[in-house]
Amino acid sequence: MSTIEHATYMTDAIGPLPFCPGCGHHVLIKSLNKAMVKLQLDPKKTVIVTDIGCIGLSDRYFTTNAFHGLHGRSITYACGLKLARPELTVITLKGDGGCGIGGTHLLNVARRNIGITLIIANNFNYGMTGGQHSVTTPTDGITSTTPWGNVEGPMDLCGTAIAAGAAWVARTTTFEKDLVDTIAQAIKQPGFAMVDAWELCTAYYAPRNQLKKKDLDDMLEGYGFKLGVLTNKPREEYSAHYRKAFEAGKSAVKKRTTIETGFDNAVARQTGIVIAGSAGQKIKSAATLLAQGAMYSGLETTQKDDYPITVMTGHSLSEIIVSRDRIEYTAIDSPDYFLVISQDGLKKARARIEQLPETCTLYAEQSLDLPETMAKVVKLPLNDVAAKISKLSIAIIALAAMLKDSGIYPAHAFANAISKFQKPTVAEMNLKAAAAGAELT
Amino acid sequence: MGREFLEGNEAIARGAMKAGCDFFAGYPITPASSILHYMLDLVPRAGGMAIQAEDEIASMGFCIAAAMAGRKVMTATSGPGISLYSENIGLAQMGETPLVIVNIQRQGPATGSATKGAEGDIQFTRWVTSGGLPVIALSPATVAEAYDLTYRAFNLAEQYRSPVFIMASKETGVTRESVDLDAVELPPRVERKAAPPDQKYQPHYFEHLAETPAMSAFSGEHIARFTTSTHDKTGYLTTNPAVIQEMLDHYAAKINDAADDIALYKQDFQDGADTLIISYGIISRSVAVAVKNARARGQKVSSLVLQTLWPTPEKTIRAAMNGVGKVIVPEMNMGQYRLEIERLAPPGVEVIGVDKMNTSLISPSEIETIGGLA
Repeated sequence: MSTIEHATYMTDAIGPLPFCPGCGHHVLIKSLNKAMVKLQLDPKKTVIVTDIGCIGLSDRYFTTNAFHGLHGRSITYACGLKLARPELTVITLKGDGGCGIGGTHLLNVARRNIGITLIIANNFNYGMTGGQHSVTTPTDGITSTTPWGNVEGPMDLCGTAIAAGAAWVARTTTFEKDLVDTIAQAIKQPGFAMVDAWELCTAYYAPRNQLKKKDLDDMLEGYGFKLGVLTNKPREEYSAHYRKAFEAGKSAVKKRTTIETGFDNAVARQTGIVIAGSAGQKIKSAATLLAQGAMYSGLETTQKDDYPITVMTGHSLSEIIVSRDRIEYTAIDSPDYFLVISQDGLKKARARIEQLPETCTLYAEQSLDLPETMAKVVKLPLNDVAAKISKLSIAIIALAAMLKDSGIYPAHAFANAISKFQKPTVAEMNLKAAAAGAELT
Repeated sequence: MGREFLEGNEAIARGAMKAGCDFFAGYPITPASSILHYMLDLVPRAGGMAIQAEDEIASMGFCIAAAMAGRKVMTATSGPGISLYSENIGLAQMGETPLVIVNIQRQGPATGSATKGAEGDIQFTRWVTSGGLPVIALSPATVAEAYDLTYRAFNLAEQYRSPVFIMASKETGVTRESVDLDAVELPPRVERKAAPPDQKYQPHYFEHLAETPAMSAFSGEHIARFTTSTHDKTGYLTTNPAVIQEMLDHYAAKINDAADDIALYKQDFQDGADTLIISYGIISRSVAVAVKNARARGQKVSSLVLQTLWPTPEKTIRAAMNGVGKVIVPEMNMGQYRLEIERLAPPGVEVIGVDKMNTSLISPSEIETIGGLA
């Protein structure tokens, strides 16, 4: 570029920078401005995102877009902007305090490689709220909340980001001559880039601990820390990777299968059906097929499921209502048909079975030891029939037996739902199961 | 056109896509997780971005920023997640962010019963964040309404530049029903009011208090500013008490003054009825049965079903209570919205709560018995 279009990205319209005399933020903010001038960023396509704390006051002094959000969450806003508008240059300013409260966001942006720049004004304490200790306060450091010296160990922000997979990380101080270049390099990275800039807080941490420029060097040496670019392992930025993965892996749009009425039904009034069994017996999907079969028969229907939070173990219970009219109340207080096909199901439903009315028909696997009930009991060799077809079809067998016995709608409608909604191999098995079930009653 | 067998969560996802949603961020939580799954399938196909965030706080952070960058945005969670959204909901109000927040309510408090339904977040949603500004919240009762109200929530979010809540129960979110979504009649889409390109942009500019400011997105025609701090119309920090009060009055007026326009409800009134049942969400369906049963016995009873919970449809509620002696308010909580009804009830009107929060639905017979209709 032959001419400089943007000589500065800062304005003094609202007065001078608000920081204490000698505070490192002055140098950091002005260095950021110089880096932006060097890169000639488009102000409309650049966002300064700030966290809470003294550094959070700085976005107002920039002529670019600005987003000032909640404490510790600046990375999430920066990511949201970048994900929504990948063309934006997003520069986040955050303190060491923000890195503590928002630690998980630092780990995750590094891991995801979302292309934002994170500049950390790291002055080892909370300057805005009265000099409390932060995650980077050195051990033995004196702060307003560590009056006898800090007993916690400091977090190595760069090491943490690198361990989390950050593509580009640099450590520096506000006394380094190449600070502007370091920041400019970070902004140029297509992926996530982080600059951990060590500074002096001249209001609290520096005077309380007699910390001067030379002491920063001693601290670094004491930790065995190096300055400069610590890691530079570019990899594909998140949004580009996301789009590529989607294009490569995208499955066909799931076709909407609508259900047209093709069968009659014999449902005179709203009818409640409950099936209780074990996880893994495909209770839910069989109940859905029963409902879809009802829809092929012109009925309205609802399905509610009950299962433990760990889905692969314990009971599985589904409640299906079928009706000629719109269904309002979706619970079944007095079932018309109750199916219990396993010990897990019986255990869950025992109290309800004991309360079943005489108008209800209870279909039960013949080996189950049923409690006393007023319901009409129909014992079925469900396990034996399933053993010949598939254990996964036992719920289909039971529902087909109930359908045949009750006559609420035709077996063909049930078979139609199986054919339309299940994969061909599964459907073939379940059609056999439905036919076998219908022969039981 | 045609009937399908769908759960409410899928209808919510479809309603969002119909409204033009092109950004979704969320974190897994029972019973809202399937919305995350549907959106992760649907949004990228439409050219947008859907992402599982590291937690609920990040979900809201992503969503607020994406909305301010011009996207139409939704997130979905359950009660515990709303707790974590809370601080960011204040940020969304402060920045006048259009955003749809779905809460598939489950039995609380705390972790409660993850797979069981309740409607216990009603007042929590009204007072969800520091500062107590008004919110917009809609409550679907059926799978068709989940579709309809989610679509409308996007319109309201744009119209008022505000977060809008969909407050369903697990009982609507993960219960399947036979439904024809194509038969649901939807209003036209409301698009964001864009700031004039030839003028300096003031992110919170209004002429009169209740006016929704025009918006310019990050990466758009203007330099945009967004801040969590007390600010003026330009989005710059202010400590001037008169300006601070004017901005707060604006945030409140923009929603409160529009209460009648935001009010969605269904009424089934019977001439001469002395009893009125006011309900919302899943329990309005138990009410429909209770009303039918009572009328079959020759009793006169009216029903008002609220689809808009916040801002309170005061005019509608007052009009419905006019002339009745008794109001029954059944809720899947310990009597939260009843506070609104009691506040609005004329002197001498008896307000009876039917409160239940034990994971099972309130049955029609419980409403009839406790309400004195049986």
